[in-house]
Amino acid sequence: MIKIHSLISREHTLSDPQTQLHIINQDTPKLCTLPRFEQMLEQTGLWSLRPTQIEILQLNLGYMCNMTCKHCHVDAGPDRTEMMSRENLEACIEAIEKSDIHTIDLTGGAPEMHPDFQWFVERVSRPDRKIIVRSNLTILTTNKKYRAFPEFFKKHGLEVTCSLPFYNKYTTDRQRGEGTYDRSIEALKHLNEIGYGKPGTGLELNLVYNPAGAFLPPDQTDLEAEFKRNLKDKHGVVFNQLFTITNLPISRFLEFLVMSGNLEEYMEKLVNAYNPAAAEGVMCRNTISVNWQGYLFDCDFNQMLEISIDESSAAHIRDFDVQRLTERDIKVNQHCFGCTAGAGSSCGGATT
Amino acid sequence: MGRNYYDSDHLRQFPHVTELNEKLGNKFFDYYNSVFEGDELTAREKSLIALAVAHAVQCPYCIDAYTEASMQQGVSDGGMMEAVHVACAIRGGASLVHGVQMMNQVKKAGM
Repeated sequence: MIKIHSLISREHTLSDPQTQLHIINQDTPKLCTLPRFEQMLEQTGLWSLRPTQIEILQLNLGYMCNMTCKHCHVDAGPDRTEMMSRENLEACIEAIEKSDIHTIDLTGGAPEMHPDFQWFVERVSRPDRKIIVRSNLTILTTNKKYRAFPEFFKKHGLEVTCSLPFYNKYTTDRQRGEGTYDRSIEALKHLNEIGYGKPGTGLELNLVYNPAGAFLPPDQTDLEAEFKRNLKDKHGVVFNQLFTITNLPISRFLEFLVMSGNLEEYMEKLVNAYNPAAAEGVMCRNTISVNWQGYLFDCDFNQMLEISIDESSAAHIRDFDVQRLTERDIKVNQHCFGCTAGAGSSCGGATT
Repeated sequence: MGRNYYDSDHLRQFPHVTELNEKLGNKFFDYYNSVFEGDELTAREKSLIALAVAHAVQCPYCIDAYTEASMQQGVSDGGMMEAVHVACAIRGGASLVHGVQMMNQVKKAGM
């Protein structure tokens, strides 16, 4: 089912974060003339961008994934071997224990592929804490070990937030590889069978939509209704919420934009759709992202672009200091327009 | 000045059409924008109607604009093609239904 490879394994120029930033900032005269993100924040009274409160710790457990989706901002794939060490996981636990962080968001790659995934969840699981696992769904169908994961999720009350870019096979497989849709439906059915997405179980099952092309997402509420109707009618599948996410112009989605000649128009679209209300609610204001090496970032996108957290804050999870992190300036660049376009975009969907 | 018909950049220039008659141009755009505000029909339904009509009137600008609008409204590729077939069926049917006129004329004028 995997037809494309990571940018890094292809030794593609776009695997270099500096090249990506150069392209979105100044690859063409038109891109040079677009307003800068910090200017827009300034014009709307949000500069410099500061956190509200550190509530969510998002751990990127590693870049290994069983899939190689066309739009992946992580450039994840089976060939990626980066994994968070036990030592860094211990440092994450310590940081969580000494802070008011109420949500732990596990992402990757495929976070389930991390050998210490279950160990870590067992260590941090507590009734007053929310743990989110960002699953690509297909991993839950690959073999016996992963088929047993939904029961483990249930045991610890994990919120399962999974990618399903569309409610049909054609669009889903085009973006994420042949066979993805059928395997995703199989995984969703299993999750439903054990109570996920069902009323009264308290087991949250959320889906993530992202556009299969160079356009912005639809209204989240309207699309959720469409997804629910289609998945129920066609497969008897139910879920709680749909999160619509805008594709940010980085990594493999940037590759698509460049190769298809859509980059200028897409950037223009994001800039024109700048919404001050969405800017006010961006996720970097309440979330800290940790990479596999334990370094801290303002978000998963800055992590991929290697945009380090402000120097005033400790840069590593072992030196985690909520006070200093709350007082830092958030680093921004042109890709940030992806989170402020239209209804806004975050790991929890629209922000307005 | 380009000599090409149906240049995609013309769509971007569309708002400037008010320059030679601001009053009527503005009235048109006010009306146009009001048409697409949600009321009894959703924005998604209106995008699909617009897409079908765009094919019926064979307007490449409208086809581009409402293909994108429909995608942005979460319409599937198959859904958009169904809308095009609706346009095609109505256009084709409109020709064919005139066959009744022809048949009636044949009956009247023939022996």
